[in-house]
Amino acid sequence: MSNNKLNGKVFKYGDSIDTDVIIPARYCTSFHAEDLAPHCLEDLDVTFASRVKSGDVIVAGHNFGCGSSRENAPIAIRGAGASCVIARSFARIFYRNSINIGLPILIAPDAVDGIEDGDQVEVDPTTGIIHNLTKPGEWQADPFPEDIEKIIKIGGLVNYVKERLAQVYDEAVET
Amino acid sequence: MFHTISEKILALKSGLKEVYPGELVTAHPDKVMSHDNAGLVIRHFRTIGAEKVFDPKKIIIPLDHRVPAESERTAAAHKSIREFVIEQGIENFYDIKEGICHQVMVENGHVKPGELILGTDSHTTSYGCLAAASSGIGATEMAAVWATGELWLRVPETIRIEINGRFIHGVTSKDLALFLLGQLTARGADYKAVEYYGGVIDNIPVSGRFTLCNMSMEMGAKFGIVPYDNETAKYIKGRVKNDYTVFSADPDAVYSKRYKFDISEMTPQIAKPHRVDNVVPLSEAAGIKIDQVVIGSCTNGRIDDLQIAADILKDKKVNSRVRLLVIPGSRSIYLQAIKQGILEILLNAEAVILNPGCGPCLGAHQGILAPGEKCLATTNRNFKGRMGSTDAEVYLSSPIVAAKAAIIGEIPEKVDPA
Repeated sequence: MSNNKLNGKVFKYGDSIDTDVIIPARYCTSFHAEDLAPHCLEDLDVTFASRVKSGDVIVAGHNFGCGSSRENAPIAIRGAGASCVIARSFARIFYRNSINIGLPILIAPDAVDGIEDGDQVEVDPTTGIIHNLTKPGEWQADPFPEDIEKIIKIGGLVNYVKERLAQVYDEAVET
Repeated sequence: MFHTISEKILALKSGLKEVYPGELVTAHPDKVMSHDNAGLVIRHFRTIGAEKVFDPKKIIIPLDHRVPAESERTAAAHKSIREFVIEQGIENFYDIKEGICHQVMVENGHVKPGELILGTDSHTTSYGCLAAASSGIGATEMAAVWATGELWLRVPETIRIEINGRFIHGVTSKDLALFLLGQLTARGADYKAVEYYGGVIDNIPVSGRFTLCNMSMEMGAKFGIVPYDNETAKYIKGRVKNDYTVFSADPDAVYSKRYKFDISEMTPQIAKPHRVDNVVPLSEAAGIKIDQVVIGSCTNGRIDDLQIAADILKDKKVNSRVRLLVIPGSRSIYLQAIKQGILEILLNAEAVILNPGCGPCLGAHQGILAPGEKCLATTNRNFKGRMGSTDAEVYLSSPIVAAKAAIIGEIPEKVDPA
């Protein structure tokens, strides 16, 4: 994840946005962002995919991403152009998948209270500071545990494991 | 000592003396499972640049989600998986003929008490029916496990649920699972492990415990565990080698929450659209007209589920307005259902018998709903659009309620003795 701040318009939804509405199974034969993106959230908000612009932010209530383990869900969100998801809480597999594929997610219940649909917000995924540019408001997202922070900083689990394997191979060569 | 079962298993699998909730550990799973999405895992595995999987004996791949392939894309994914298992020497590969991944895992001795098992499917929590700690993960992280044999996990807090009393006639562990969802909600166990105790649990056979642990995921749980007992021992006898460790919670184990329910008055339960925790007693959903009934899935596709449906449908006909789809959970269940005459009864009742697999449960194929249609299913999710049209509705119930509904064409008021 880069250190650049994210800036975009808010698409605000409610509690328990499940993986079936994020990306229905009928589209999950593909793992490619370009195939998934046009259908992202279409069963919840058919206009989302056409309205969302690069950098925009999804804000939601509790248990965002509940349901299936499908990684197509965070891939679809990222592919559609959304830069991050701010929620009161995330379902556990979605939380893991997002970190592992490098989609920034922020747990910030107060921010969810203070941000409305259509607001313009600025998010610093490195510090977790969320700033509402439409009306005054600034919030700090819950920090990630240190080990997870490492995975996020390097851009996801694939890069993390690549680096780890490289170390293992180097050590093997040395000994 | 004051640890729960999950804490003990995670400590052992992480090479630590003890672990505490909230701690991040690097765990070494005993087994890992992927289904059709192994195709995506393979792609990530290649991207990582790893050449050999950490241990081909510990990887199990059953194909079940879209079987036989419903599209060229799926066919290509299945083909890539078949090639990969040969290349890597993965012997525990179950092609499209064998059944639903979780059923295949449990039936074929891939699950032992006290094991840590990870799978790229959310309902991997099912293996808690044999006192294992098992959980769903994503495809990218499974690729990391294939490459390294390890993965970060957060040690969950544990919720203790005690169920006392006894099931009244026509009430099953599926009704209990739905009832608990209604009580705790779909996020009531987010990031937590759940341990089940009490006289009712003691008397539920492994099949029903499977349903309970399977549905624990719908409460957000990381693990759902029924502690080891005689029922567990009976089921695994002859399926697994006697080299497992049995863990029990310490008497003073620390639980983040404790629930106690007496279910002696509990009637059958229904989860109404479009949320799994939108649960009401059967009587409150009675009279809703149904177009399709699905009996099957990893939640309720076992022999006792089919038997109970057959008992109800014997010498009766499925309502002419209703399509009844029956999906045995595995090839072995299918065979047993043939031998026991179950399928003959169901076919005489004019049910459609589908091949073992996930079928319409996830709305990939086989039994997609049209706009405006209503389905009563023994499956695990009723999300909007889950089984096809977003204008369709899915209600969840036990196989008993589903079989009754198939005859009368609507959700029944109550379930009389069969």
